[in-house]
Amino acid sequence: MNKSITIFVAAVALSSVTTISAGDIIGKITLKGTPPAEKNLPIASDPFCGKLYAGKPIPTTRFYLVDAHGGLADTFVYIKSGLDGKPIPAPVGTVEIDQIGCEYLPYVFGLQTGQKLHVKNSDPLMHNIHVTPSASSGNKESNKAQMAGGKPYEYVFDSPEVFLRFKCDVHPWMFSYGGLVNHPYFAVSSVDGTFKISNVPPGDYVVEAVHRKTHPRGTGVTQKVTVGPAGGKADFSIEVSGS
Amino acid sequence: MDFSDQNRWLHRFAVISAVATWILIGIGGLVTSHGVGMAVPDWPTTYGYNMFLFPPSKWVGGIFYEHSHRLFASFVGLLTTVLAIWLWIKEDRRWIRWLGVLAFFGVVAQGVLGGLRVTLMIDSLGIFHAALAQLFLVLLSIIALATSVWWKKWVMTAKTIPITDSMWTANAFVTFLIFGQLVLGAAMRHQHAGLAVPDFPFAYGKVWPATDPAFLEKINRERIDVMDPNPITAAHIQLHMAHRIGALAIVISAGWLAWRNLRAAGTSAVNSRFAIGLLGLILVQAAFGVFTVWSNKAADVATGHVMIGAICLVVSSLFCLISARCGSVAFTVRAPMDSENGSALSVLQSS
Repeated sequence: MNKSITIFVAAVALSSVTTISAGDIIGKITLKGTPPAEKNLPIASDPFCGKLYAGKPIPTTRFYLVDAHGGLADTFVYIKSGLDGKPIPAPVGTVEIDQIGCEYLPYVFGLQTGQKLHVKNSDPLMHNIHVTPSASSGNKESNKAQMAGGKPYEYVFDSPEVFLRFKCDVHPWMFSYGGLVNHPYFAVSSVDGTFKISNVPPGDYVVEAVHRKTHPRGTGVTQKVTVGPAGGKADFSIEVSGS
Repeated sequence: MDFSDQNRWLHRFAVISAVATWILIGIGGLVTSHGVGMAVPDWPTTYGYNMFLFPPSKWVGGIFYEHSHRLFASFVGLLTTVLAIWLWIKEDRRWIRWLGVLAFFGVVAQGVLGGLRVTLMIDSLGIFHAALAQLFLVLLSIIALATSVWWKKWVMTAKTIPITDSMWTANAFVTFLIFGQLVLGAAMRHQHAGLAVPDFPFAYGKVWPATDPAFLEKINRERIDVMDPNPITAAHIQLHMAHRIGALAIVISAGWLAWRNLRAAGTSAVNSRFAIGLLGLILVQAAFGVFTVWSNKAADVATGHVMIGAICLVVSSLFCLISARCGSVAFTVRAPMDSENGSALSVLQSS
């Protein structure tokens, strides 16, 4: 599993190389302050999940993934306003999240309303997929069993929601959070805190960066960005008082 | 009615049913404490299997707790059904027979409520499920008490115990407080907000914690919990503080109740022993509550807190029942005659 994480992380890092191209909004999320220490997940307390980590380090919580330069990962960045009157492209492709190593990966992802989401189970044991939208979002709560090796479940959500939570109740430390908006102009910050929102039409926008832990109510920090032929830039600073 | 072997076994069966219900509350407490109430998404089947045929090899993670809860609940349902039938056939007192019927419908309602909590995915149903469980335990405990030899013999001599109407009212007040406190506790547990106030005796270092948006944002940012519960809100903190105030009110009330009974009847009277026993249980329960906070809501400690709370409610309710019976007996005996009149005894013997 570590190998797949490495590949995933490398892919994200490569995709976020900070070269401005036309219509891209790029930037970096920086965390100010010292975040509280993460905790080990209680994976070893479950004999079946524990077996998957025999001789390997147990993963920790991933509330604050910060690199040496303060780059904050897993922040959902999206255009909050400014798209009125502009054509909104239909969703392209399928987003996939996986239950692997008794964790949901990725921890934070972006999704467009109407876009297909596949949730699969790569573990040799059963999980359940419990979608827990907020009561006001309009999205529907569901809870489905997913056997080992079972086929992926497909979801389509119609209402924007930041963040839409997926959890496994069999292993109650497993979570994944979706940033769900009604357009394709979003990104999730990578391990160094950088992000790139691609193919944005020229114009003036308000871009919002939401981190699940520092903005528990789903309202993050915003910034005005003008996208011209050379794209746009938005760096965000998020504070945590921390311990 | 004399107590034949049949009646003794009926009483023992009622006791077993009540104890099984208490254990079931404990298993349910473990389900909530581990945050795995939704680990089995379907009901009455379990992952598509007939509940009783679900392979043990698949009892992994939270499924173990939730499925055990379902199976043990079925066992309690069976016990209650047998008890209701047994009471209906063998019990002479009509009010106890109807308590058996009530218990039967209670256990059915409780099972359906638990199932609906899963299939409808409504968290608040969990609060009703928990509250009804406590009431059901009290009901079975009353049946167990009323079918005992002790109850019959004690009622016959109850006139010697000086319980007044005001003391009964005091008992009822404490019982009401305890039940209210258990409902508050269930509401806290089913809010999925974790420990809204993580320190004791203070609350975020203060006598009364702040609940303004800036403070809430700060504590939610700094909270690292592997179960990643919902963000703490002002309502969560107020609910938690209400539970603490409720605990203090119960400790004071139980102490006052014990003092009143001791002063009225001395240390050897049954009511005094009940009152002292209840106070002792309340103090143990309060200690478990404190330790629940200090242990960061460890599942076993939190579940112990639930189980002792259930015992407190049972003891308080039975004490209330005894006080009520005692009060009515005392009144009957005192009324037109001050001797052991035949009409008074006939009232006692039908109780």
